[in-house]
Amino acid sequence: MNLNPYIIELLQVLTLLGLAPAFVGWVRMVKCWAQGRTSAGLFQPYRDLAKLFSKEVLLAENASWIFRFTPYLVFSTAVLAGGIIPILSLDLPLASTADVIVIVALFAIARFFTALAGMDIGTAFGGMGSSREMMIASLAEPAMLMAIFTVSLANRSTSLSEIIQVIYSGQSVLRPSLAFAFLAFILIALAETGRVPVDNPATHLELTMIHEAMILEYSGRHLALIEWAGMMKLFLFVILGIAAFAPWGIAAKGSLLGIPEALVYMVLKLGAVGIGIVLIETGLAKMRLFRLTEFLGAAFLLATLGMLSFFILD
Amino acid sequence: MDLITAAHVNSFLAALVLLTAFGMLVQRRIYGLINLFAWQGLFLSLNTAIVGYVAGKHHLYISSLLTLSLKVFLLPYILHVLIHRLKIRKEVETIVNIPMTMLIGIALVIFSYHLTAPVRELSAMITRSTLAIALATVMIGLLMMITRRHAVTQIIGFLALENGLFFAATSATYGMPLVVELGVALDVLIAAFIFGIFFFHIHTTFDSLDVDQMARLKEED
Amino acid sequence: MIFENERQENRRAAFLYLVVAHVGAIAILLSFGVLAGFATKSESFLGYTFDAMRTAQLPIEWATAAFFLSFFGFAAKAGVIPLHVWLPEAHPVAPSNVSALMSGVMLKTAIYGIVRVTFDLIHVFPVWWGAIVLSFGLISAVMGVLYALMQHDLKRLLAYHSVENIGIILIGIGLAMIFKAFNLPLLAALGLIAGLYHTMNHAMFKGLLFMGAGAVLHATGERNMEEMGGLIHRMPWTAALFLIGCVSISALPPFNGFVSEWLTFQAFLLSPALPSPLIRLLIPLGAALLALTGALAAACFVKAFGVTFLGHWRGHHNPKVHEVDWSMRIGMLLAALTCFGLGILPSVFIDWMDIIAEQLIGTTIASSAGRYGWMWLTPVSYERASYSGFIVFVGIILVLGIAYALLHVRPGTIRRVPIWDCGFEKINQRMQYNATSFAMPIRRIFGYLFSIRERVELAPQAGHKAFPKKIQYHLSIRDRVWGWLYKPVVEASFWMSRKVGKLQQGRIQAYLIYSFITIIILLVFLR
Repeated sequence: MNLNPYIIELLQVLTLLGLAPAFVGWVRMVKCWAQGRTSAGLFQPYRDLAKLFSKEVLLAENASWIFRFTPYLVFSTAVLAGGIIPILSLDLPLASTADVIVIVALFAIARFFTALAGMDIGTAFGGMGSSREMMIASLAEPAMLMAIFTVSLANRSTSLSEIIQVIYSGQSVLRPSLAFAFLAFILIALAETGRVPVDNPATHLELTMIHEAMILEYSGRHLALIEWAGMMKLFLFVILGIAAFAPWGIAAKGSLLGIPEALVYMVLKLGAVGIGIVLIETGLAKMRLFRLTEFLGAAFLLATLGMLSFFILD
Repeated sequence: MDLITAAHVNSFLAALVLLTAFGMLVQRRIYGLINLFAWQGLFLSLNTAIVGYVAGKHHLYISSLLTLSLKVFLLPYILHVLIHRLKIRKEVETIVNIPMTMLIGIALVIFSYHLTAPVRELSAMITRSTLAIALATVMIGLLMMITRRHAVTQIIGFLALENGLFFAATSATYGMPLVVELGVALDVLIAAFIFGIFFFHIHTTFDSLDVDQMARLKEED
Repeated sequence: MIFENERQENRRAAFLYLVVAHVGAIAILLSFGVLAGFATKSESFLGYTFDAMRTAQLPIEWATAAFFLSFFGFAAKAGVIPLHVWLPEAHPVAPSNVSALMSGVMLKTAIYGIVRVTFDLIHVFPVWWGAIVLSFGLISAVMGVLYALMQHDLKRLLAYHSVENIGIILIGIGLAMIFKAFNLPLLAALGLIAGLYHTMNHAMFKGLLFMGAGAVLHATGERNMEEMGGLIHRMPWTAALFLIGCVSISALPPFNGFVSEWLTFQAFLLSPALPSPLIRLLIPLGAALLALTGALAAACFVKAFGVTFLGHWRGHHNPKVHEVDWSMRIGMLLAALTCFGLGILPSVFIDWMDIIAEQLIGTTIASSAGRYGWMWLTPVSYERASYSGFIVFVGIILVLGIAYALLHVRPGTIRRVPIWDCGFEKINQRMQYNATSFAMPIRRIFGYLFSIRERVELAPQAGHKAFPKKIQYHLSIRDRVWGWLYKPVVEASFWMSRKVGKLQQGRIQAYLIYSFITIIILLVFLR
């Protein structure tokens, strides 16, 4: 029995767990530089997590089991998604567990339970966050599906490793449809991961919070798990974009030799994407909640144009 | 540049023209609108040059240059000056809300694709598939004129419509004869000037460029 | 439904249901009449058997008439928009066990009817029939879930979700019809199985949800969600089982609703195989609408569960709420287990259902679905897409268990504290988000699809304009369909009956004359 794929699988999950905080640290660091502030360094997210894990959990007196269960569920869906999306290699035992649609649905479970947890304590902020989060999700979903549709048109599959294989075999050329789908994906990813202009991860004003508002009542290791899962979600969305649109560098064979190279490519791409995120976040202001229909409408428009231009132009 | 690459570049530019058309449809800020119009002109002129090169029609170079100077530099400049003079600062007002406009736009693209299907079957040119995009651009220009209230956005809608016609001409027949094109270019220029003069008059009469105000010209009021 | 007939709304709902069901039944009978009429020669009447109807050679006009009559009839019984108005009236007033059966079985017989008539009895049909079924499905799905979001009566909300789910089922069936008309049997089988699988799923999770709603109604005496909250502490079993129903219907893996929605998406994703360019362009937009439906359903059930079971009790009075007894819990438990089983072992169940696809379309999808073992669901081909609900479930549980174990090596301390809420003091249960406020962003975005009347009343306080003594907020949301479609019909029928009413004079001779004239006319024309 060839053990390599299993080792790679394990390596991949470890990469996800280990590098996701570093990526967030990188984004924050570049942002600090861009805004002329002194940054706390690449490793600040690790220190934050470590501190949260060692702290005592303060639980609201009327919290139900859903509130305590949610952090673990959110964390485990993120880890599972990390085992399915090709981060380092295509040859994953779990790869065929789920195609892109299932991966999107995995994030949806996490969101569903986070929203429930937001309503569990019965505070105004929690309900507000849940309501807004579900609204944004329901507007982002059609756009996401349209982008997936376009990608699957060009690559004749919705399974990520299959898509990458099609791209590697050179059957997929540079098409306008994919460019549109990519633009749409960027907008959707910004919305799904709660970045500016949809949500501000660094906000301290409760009324503008969306994701933060739902998790206001969390503390200690529960908060640590949710924060960590949030970092992994951002990381995974970047990886998802890389895998679907620019996979070059991900190891195709199941040997361990390709892994270091894949790792180097991945780090380079992540670095570049991080700078891109910072450019978007410093260039744009957070949108008014009801302007988001236009933002996500634009994402849907782009994805649909991708689909249309595949049929019309290709 | 071989034919295959040219066809690729052509369809990419067609996609960009469509994107800018949609961009104009949903853009709220008036300066952004003018910039998008300039970009559309740029893609159009590039596309004309490439089609001219591939088809060996050298008069297309001239119309490409004409497009470049007129639609990328001169008209946007005139509009900028106009807006500056008239001190328009407000966002563009729309009649139909923007997501709805987008959906109508998508429907128009599908409709024009359906409409041009017979042409696509018959033609053998590399640019044949962009005809649907050209028609869609025309329709989106018209839609923009319908859904916007502001006189300046209406003229931009008109110019975008003209861009679509020009694009259709390039992709369907490798361009019109040079004389026709020169004539059209001149028409557009003159139209822009006339619009400019009208704006001043509308502005002085109604103290606004909202075309809804013109309803006041009806007799019974 | 007229079980509790002393209440006005019950009688009204029952009457509405009766009318719709009868109009539907008439249409279905007419349709069978057309089919049987063409099946028989005058010398050998074969009767109204399905075998006879199957052999009928129908001209296209008559086939269309038969199809649309039966589609109309079954759609009225299934509650497809715009024939859905009886559903949200009927469910809230029916006893909950009847509701569970009604959505579990009765709506399904309508689906059975549609599949039977189109795929079996008529079996050759043009593409546009499929397109029409698909469009009705899409409209029902999106509008159903949007209306559901606006409700705060728990059972009404669930009733509107039945409309949505019937829509999703029709999407699968419509896709299957389109594929079949274009002679793509494998894809048609996929669409049909997706629709039928959703039919089965819907019976399970909707039954579960109605039983849960019944349990809540039994325990609290309330159907209005605005008066509930925090029930998870007092009814832990019902809450957990209701949650399973919510997760299933919201199409979240690893439960069953996701499987059928995923299959429908796969059918959508294979639509580029269609030869007609226009349909190829339009169908993906349908997929986007389905995605919108799924996401809105999730939002709706966050609301339904969150407002009913989480937070604090919102009601004005505070009744003694107890968990329901075991007989009710076992019913829900069985439905929940079925939802779970259908979710993680879809290929097993699809193997059983494949015989339907084989009989109706002539192809199965199990050969591709089951080749990689019972764990994998791989419609069409392994390269195209695959899903394993089982591994998703095991994976989530495994990681969850490991994370929990690692964090509890050292016994962690949990301290129960008063609610923090960012340091705001004195929060009370009236400050929570309720059903209306939760749906507010979505109501605002999709508001133009409803007729909404919103009114805010301020009772000014003397001297302080900025701090009114009392604020009242009124909101009324109505189905637009009611005004567009039913009001004219109702008015027209009143007008008609007034005219016809003049014939009724109460004199026996007049009635005899009517009968006599009728007989004469019949004799003249049917000589």
